[in-house]
Amino acid sequence: MMRALLLKGALMGASMTLLLAAPTMAADGDLAAGPGQDVVAANCGACHTTDYIRMNSRFLSPETWKAEVTKMRTAFGAPIDDAVAAEITQYLIAQYGAKP
Amino acid sequence: MRRRDVLTGLGAVAASGTTALAADKQAWMSPHLADGTREVATMGKVPGKQGLIQLTDRPPNYETPIEAFRTAITPNDRFFVRYHLSGIPTMEDLKTWSLTIGGDAAEKPIKLTLPDLRTFKQVEITAVCQCSGNRRGLFEPHVPGVEWGYGAMGNAVWRGVRLKDVLARAGVKPGAIEVWLAGADTAPNPATPLFHKSIPLKVALSDDVLIATAMNGQPLPLLNGFPARLIVPGWTATYWMKHLNAIQISSKPLTNFWIQKAYRVPARLFPVDVPFESQQDANTWPITEMVVNSVIAEPVDGAKAPKAGFTVRGVAWDRGHGIKAVEVTLDGGKTWKPAVLGQDMGKYAFRAFSLASGALPPGPCDISARAVSNTGEAQAVTLVRNPAGYQNNVPQTLTVMVA
Repeated sequence: MMRALLLKGALMGASMTLLLAAPTMAADGDLAAGPGQDVVAANCGACHTTDYIRMNSRFLSPETWKAEVTKMRTAFGAPIDDAVAAEITQYLIAQYGAKP
Repeated sequence: MRRRDVLTGLGAVAASGTTALAADKQAWMSPHLADGTREVATMGKVPGKQGLIQLTDRPPNYETPIEAFRTAITPNDRFFVRYHLSGIPTMEDLKTWSLTIGGDAAEKPIKLTLPDLRTFKQVEITAVCQCSGNRRGLFEPHVPGVEWGYGAMGNAVWRGVRLKDVLARAGVKPGAIEVWLAGADTAPNPATPLFHKSIPLKVALSDDVLIATAMNGQPLPLLNGFPARLIVPGWTATYWMKHLNAIQISSKPLTNFWIQKAYRVPARLFPVDVPFESQQDANTWPITEMVVNSVIAEPVDGAKAPKAGFTVRGVAWDRGHGIKAVEVTLDGGKTWKPAVLGQDMGKYAFRAFSLASGALPPGPCDISARAVSNTGEAQAVTLVRNPAGYQNNVPQTLTVMVA
């Protein structure tokens, strides 16, 4: 979590010249309230708007949300450990998963 | 009001209730998109563009509203925007832009500036640039990704130099099999693989593959790849590298996430003329050539229409054989009429079509269009499913109310 926050700080500094980066924080604020919201906002939001999550709702199965989190770690290098990944996955399933 | 709405100058989308949003967006969002997609989308403004449908702003993913396809050339300020990574170069960054050509199968590395590129023969080609995942949002059941509607595509007149002429300046050694491509965009996390792609040497040496520096007579917009992007007519946009700044002529296949894991389809699922053999495995191939498709831009779904009739207008395209015919139905598929084709701007371009409905009885009118290419390829009758949601070419259906 700390690494993700540091990364996010570095990113915001680097992208100040880019107008498109400005709406970032507003998008994070739109995440549904629930356990794990802050962790999702900080970690997922470090590299991309969390609108990606809302856009992909609500139709993904628990297995698919878990696979998305795994992809962010293994393919995109998200610096999160197993415990944080589990917390993120649970939040995504609970707030943005397909209704059973 | 959400801060984003203030920033984009769109106070009209302030309502947070799903129902209010759904009604507001009826005109420009397909009802077949997922609820979450419809909630997140706004009519967004980005610098240098007219209204585009914003799906995400970081990285920027904006699609062209369907009414822009009433004409066969897509204006630069309506042209869709698609990035994988959010580190977009600024115009200031790009003032020092140059293009390097090297690699283990290049005779001698060279570096070219924009003035250098102008010394090569200038070539023009009209071609469709379409995201592999255009219409992914209309997959049923939905699959994960950027949930595009109809507008992750556009058709422009591209002007620039032939890639093969630039490669010849560096010299292509025997043994070269691929040309690797890199652009100036970057990822916020250094551990994220940069968006690098490759194309087969055979495609790179085709007369039709350009390094474009102009689009519809103007410099490329920043978000469409200023100052130079690759144009690979007939192939999906994933190979059309924006802000192209490094090319490697290689004796080996490129190995990275973007070519080996992403942008792949089950082997032999879609027809191809030039297989990308160096990147194929037993089960999957890279997505390469587009499929025949069409879109109706007018009338719009849910509109009211006069009994005296109206004109159905749209565009059709394929992977580079050209469009042979487009048929339109006004009765939900019971009968089909041949549409009138517009100007032929080349085999890689949108082909406009239109059909005058004539007088119609009052009530709902179910409209659809289906295109056939010069090689007889037709739009899919049912969705050709694939895990990543590529190449959706099921005929669009829409209903207008005649009164």
